[in-house]
Amino acid sequence: MENTTLILTVCLLGVAGFYLGRSRSLSVVGGFAAARNLHSLPGYYGYFTAIWCLLPALAVLTLWFVLEPRVVMALLVDSLPQAQQDLPPGQLNLLLNNVRNFAAGSAIGGETNQVLTDAAAVYLQLQARSRLLLTGLVLACAVLGGVIAWRRIHPEFRARNRVEGIVMLLLVAASSIAIFTTIGIVLSVLFEAVRFFGEVPISDFLFGTNWSPQTAIRADQVGSSGSFGAIPLFTGTLLITGIAMLVAVPVGLMTAIYLAEYSSRGVREIAKPLLELLAGIPTVVYGFFAALTIAPWVRRTGESLGFEVASESALAAGLVMGIMIIPLVSSLADDAIKAVPGSMRDGALGLGSTRSEAMTKVILPAALPGIVGGILLAVSRAIGETMIVVMAAGLAANLTANPFAAVTTVTVQIVTLLVGDQEFDSAKTLAAFALGLILFIVTLILNMAGLRVVRKYREQYE
Amino acid sequence: MSNATNENLVNLAAARAEPGQTTELGATIGDVRSKNPFVVAENVDVYYGDNHAIRNVTLEIGKQEVIALIGPSGCGKSTFLRCLNRMNDSIESARVSGTILLDGQDIYSRNLDPVALRARVGMVFQKPNPFPKSIYDNVAYGPRIHGLAADRAELDQIVRTSLERAGLWDEVKDRLDDAGTGLSGGQQQRLCIARTIAVGPEVILMDEPCSALDPIATARIEDLIDELSEDYAIVVVTHSMQQAARVSKRVAYFHLGTLVEVDETDRIFTNPRHKLTEDYITGRIG
Ligand SMILES: Nc1ncnc2c1ncn2[C@@H]1O[C@H](COP(=O)(O)OP(=O)(O)O)[C@@H](O)[C@H]1O
Ligand SMILES: [Mg+2]
Repeated sequence: MENTTLILTVCLLGVAGFYLGRSRSLSVVGGFAAARNLHSLPGYYGYFTAIWCLLPALAVLTLWFVLEPRVVMALLVDSLPQAQQDLPPGQLNLLLNNVRNFAAGSAIGGETNQVLTDAAAVYLQLQARSRLLLTGLVLACAVLGGVIAWRRIHPEFRARNRVEGIVMLLLVAASSIAIFTTIGIVLSVLFEAVRFFGEVPISDFLFGTNWSPQTAIRADQVGSSGSFGAIPLFTGTLLITGIAMLVAVPVGLMTAIYLAEYSSRGVREIAKPLLELLAGIPTVVYGFFAALTIAPWVRRTGESLGFEVASESALAAGLVMGIMIIPLVSSLADDAIKAVPGSMRDGALGLGSTRSEAMTKVILPAALPGIVGGILLAVSRAIGETMIVVMAAGLAANLTANPFAAVTTVTVQIVTLLVGDQEFDSAKTLAAFALGLILFIVTLILNMAGLRVVRKYREQYE
Repeated sequence: MSNATNENLVNLAAARAEPGQTTELGATIGDVRSKNPFVVAENVDVYYGDNHAIRNVTLEIGKQEVIALIGPSGCGKSTFLRCLNRMNDSIESARVSGTILLDGQDIYSRNLDPVALRARVGMVFQKPNPFPKSIYDNVAYGPRIHGLAADRAELDQIVRTSLERAGLWDEVKDRLDDAGTGLSGGQQQRLCIARTIAVGPEVILMDEPCSALDPIATARIEDLIDELSEDYAIVVVTHSMQQAARVSKRVAYFHLGTLVEVDETDRIFTNPRHKLTEDYITGRIG
């Protein structure tokens, strides 16, 4: 049976198991009228049977998918003449590949010979046998599991507890996916970064001021040997993030103050969803807005003021990134302001403060920790942002604090290092992992600090 | 409390009325006038949207007088109190009509600044609400925003006298820089009173100032109210008959937004003239 047919059949068996289990639970207790004597609702007996139909069968199926190719290959190698078995691993692999392709009927490089055709025949036979075995095994598991579960059904059987236990395991498995993925990503980045630091000393990377990662790809190529001083990337990132925060913090904060304290309900009901809309715009859209609208404008304005402005500038990218982050800052600041109890405001007003005195002297100081936490989260967002910078700030790794110059950031370099055909063990590509590791560590620290401040501050008033 | 249950209570009261007692909810019984009026509310109505929360209330509050507002929850005591310093202004749906005079001056007139008014009519809230600042800064807050002190020494003096008047000085004089929020509940409430006094108000409004406090802290606040009554007109909302009896000179009983009865404290507790007042003070409505 084909895989899809097999899975469908197992599912059908599961459905059948559900109805059989349910009707058996009713029949063992003596019909609908006596269903109260069952420990659980009849449906739970159905689910229990269905689960035991499905789980073992699907487990066998998964296991098979993982192990089958290896077993088949091992058997295939065994069937080859001794001469071929003794080939070095590289050539043997090539041969096995050819066998597989030949068996699948596609053209292969090199001429066909007796060994190849024989092996292909063996391969096809093995595959057919494996398929038959798999079908038999899976269906047997499904039926057997179902029957065993079905036979266990009796009135005192705690089907609900069993089913809920299994459901809980499923939930645990689902939630651990995110955790394990994170751990996996961190480990892979870490290992690759360690390999990079094997080729380039970590101090050169962290403190070097020259970034030109072009290495010679072929040995005979004339080219630079690559230099991996990441300082220009750090300063570029810092410059753009700084500009972005200069835009986002005041504007976002004032927006939050206005919305939380001064606006009428009508304004708030329009402005809040609009801000959230701003947060939902894909960053690539901001990116071309930055590259096509803001960057030329910055250039024209700068030149009319007598500055020399590159066509791609840190200022353009920073401005647009700031605009992108405004909703984040304003919504976090709004939360922080709203979290200050109304009694603070009443107390201040009751002493004869004006609204703005109440805001600046009582409410904002009380909300400050939450606001600071929000800003930390926003900084971490800005550091990780890529699209806008790729499109508006350029790729030139200049070590400069001039906002009119082109700069580049950590994220942009990661992209450019990995785009295109790459050898995945050259220093050039490994550098991307080292940069990724730095990025990860910095944003992790910022996020933890930010969340911690925000949370601690929430507890204060609860 | 829903209207239906309130009507039932009125009917119930009618059924049990003794001879000589009124059961109607109409004009206020007792003397709404004061010998030495300082705050005068005439025909005040308050609406929250369609909810008529205060109905045609007339009441005078004298200088150096403590008046207690009592009545079942939701009857409008806090609403009436908030009219007196225009704290209702910041509630969008609230609408106030009628006149309220403070020392002869209409506080709802156009050319009166509610911010300046609140410096003259201070307010202490149900739950102690010290600012998350130091004890010193809590008390100095009002004098600072109103520019009451010319220099630091004068500010120190205001802070000190306010804390002394609130009976808190001895407990906090060595830790004025500690956070006001770190004090006990009773101390926090006295800090809030000190904060209010520091602005130099003429009237102090207190909305159930002891409802979040333990009996000992409550007793201290009650003593304090007694002392303060020498200098300020004080309006205190309370749920406790004992407290009303202990601290106030006059008592006003509210029911469903109506001012039912006002009288000297001794008189109203010994000889309530309205059936609803009697039911409330004897604990039959709560
Ligand atoms: N901010 C408000 N908005 C709308 N209605 C309110 C508000 N505050 C109080 N009310 C209503 O006004 C009435 C009186 O409330 P309140 O003055 O708080 O009573 P009390 O202080 O005597 O318990 C109640 O019906 C209450 O629901
Ligand atoms: Mg109240």
